[in-house]
Amino acid sequence: MALTTAPDPTRRGPGSDRAHAQRRGPGRFRHSEGLAGYVFLSPWLIGLMGVTAIPMLLSLYLSFTNYDILTPFSEVEWVGLANYERMFTADPSYWHAVRVTLTFALIAVPLKLGAALGVALLLNRAWRGVGLFRGLFYLPSLLGGSVALAIVWVNMFNRDGAFNSLLSLFGITGKPWVNDPDWALETLMVLAIWQFGAPMVIFLAGLKQVPTELYEAASVDGAGRFRQFRNVTLPMLSPVIFFNLVLETINGFQGFTAAFVLSNGTGGPVDSTLMYTLNLYITGFTDLNMGYASAMAWVFLLAIAVITAIFFSTGRFWVHYSDGEDR
Amino acid sequence: MVTVTPTTTAPPNARRRPGGRPVLRLLILVAIVAVVLYPLIWMVGTSLKSQEEIVNNVGLLPERFTPGNYTAGWSNFDVSFGRFFLNSAMVSLLTVVGNGLSCLLAAYAFARLRFRLRGMWFAVMIGTLLLPQHVLIVPQYILFRTLGLVGGDWPYLPLLIPQFLATEAFFVFLMVQFMRGVPRELDEAARIDGAGPFGIFRHIILPLSRPALVTTAIFSFIWTWNDFFRQLVFLSQLEDYTVPVALTLFIDSTSQSAVGPMFAMSVLSLLPVFLFFVAFQRMLVEGINTSGIKG
Repeated sequence: MALTTAPDPTRRGPGSDRAHAQRRGPGRFRHSEGLAGYVFLSPWLIGLMGVTAIPMLLSLYLSFTNYDILTPFSEVEWVGLANYERMFTADPSYWHAVRVTLTFALIAVPLKLGAALGVALLLNRAWRGVGLFRGLFYLPSLLGGSVALAIVWVNMFNRDGAFNSLLSLFGITGKPWVNDPDWALETLMVLAIWQFGAPMVIFLAGLKQVPTELYEAASVDGAGRFRQFRNVTLPMLSPVIFFNLVLETINGFQGFTAAFVLSNGTGGPVDSTLMYTLNLYITGFTDLNMGYASAMAWVFLLAIAVITAIFFSTGRFWVHYSDGEDR
Repeated sequence: MVTVTPTTTAPPNARRRPGGRPVLRLLILVAIVAVVLYPLIWMVGTSLKSQEEIVNNVGLLPERFTPGNYTAGWSNFDVSFGRFFLNSAMVSLLTVVGNGLSCLLAAYAFARLRFRLRGMWFAVMIGTLLLPQHVLIVPQYILFRTLGLVGGDWPYLPLLIPQFLATEAFFVFLMVQFMRGVPRELDEAARIDGAGPFGIFRHIILPLSRPALVTTAIFSFIWTWNDFFRQLVFLSQLEDYTVPVALTLFIDSTSQSAVGPMFAMSVLSLLPVFLFFVAFQRMLVEGINTSGIKG
């Protein structure tokens, strides 16, 4: 097999020259290294094929069929673009789910990142107790994605929940927020923002990389704290902001658990929490409409790819890399 | 891994900018702590309230601590929560083993070995980092079902097989990054002593990768313990349910009487994650620092 032979010298990666110079003589090691590479990689390769690549191709095929899990493969009908046509022209609940997901991401992600950055700035000084606060703020990020916390959240914003008892202290009569189509999604946004700790930790790491000399220089030039933030902190932090923005946006699109718990798997009240992934789940596993769900999955994947590409192409206008290279 | 104790940044007086009021800052931070912790304390408090108190006492803590919700919740369904906890623990621990093993092997290949198409495979691996699991769930379900593994004799195979095949690219990437920091001179020395790629893996990389393995183990445990989507899709029999899937059964019975037991079981389900947090707090925070992703 071609894979087991010694690698063609013209096709080796960087650094191989040095290694080559140091290992004179036996080509045996290199021979066994090429083989060993694929031995060590084999679990990953099998996983890539069996769990990722083949399912993706299967999903692409299914998206052109009317497959439901009940009929045998031999009787599956090719329906061409019908699933995609239905999605784009004849399925209002699909577009509703897109709107819900975009609303959620557009509001929750900036607020979450804003909270994360604000708190990171408060913590970015050397003083005792920083570690404690950092740890406490990070805790929700560990717990927040669970079913248990979603259950607590839903009850907290229910009629007799803690939020309304808090409001009543100020003489405000609350309502069962989670049962109100105008407010249910907002409670999920608050849950997402509550988990600001993970991006905060990444912001803190970024803030530590900003050289103090820059602040000193700015201060000598007479820049106040706001100007320093605007002209030193923000540009120096822009790669980290970019990283968090891409990551949190992609995560935001995939919100499932809390919406499932709030609505008991229906996307209610009145479809107000019908996130894209929940809609996909209902289509594929409740209605068993797996061909249509596969089409939804592919559009989802393409949408995420396009949004990521847009981020990266606009990034070069505002993301500042301190090594002077514009990516 | 980088140690980021706060005192290692610049001398304190260089950082302190004019106009910073420490007292005000502390007050704001304490207020934020209150907001962050309020839901958690309320959760524990409610789980210890009696049925009457849940309805009448809107306060944070119960007037009388009643542990009854815990016993009631434990046996609220035909199958006891002990079983659900065992199922969750088994899936999570096996996932830890699978991720640790398979990601370590793949990472060693990417970080240290030269073979054909390595660059291409590495790019593919990075590409799968951002691939949402929701995109693959339908075809994976169909494939595993065709193989007779969904609801089979041991229904956890569809959850575990991917974990033994290094499909969690995040951990592969984390380990590659870590192994790149291991000095290559060690490899060379072992090579001169006659070690091949397997020997170098066994005697150099494996022992030195322990910190990356521990980080991987902790995060895989917590993420699997909290995971809901895959477990919801692949588990269909009550006795096979894991804790998150079992918790959703409480939602079906929306009667007020279920709130106490539901909260009690929610508290218990978060307890392992909380203990991990207490034990490994610094490591967790630094883990996402050095590697970046998720939370």
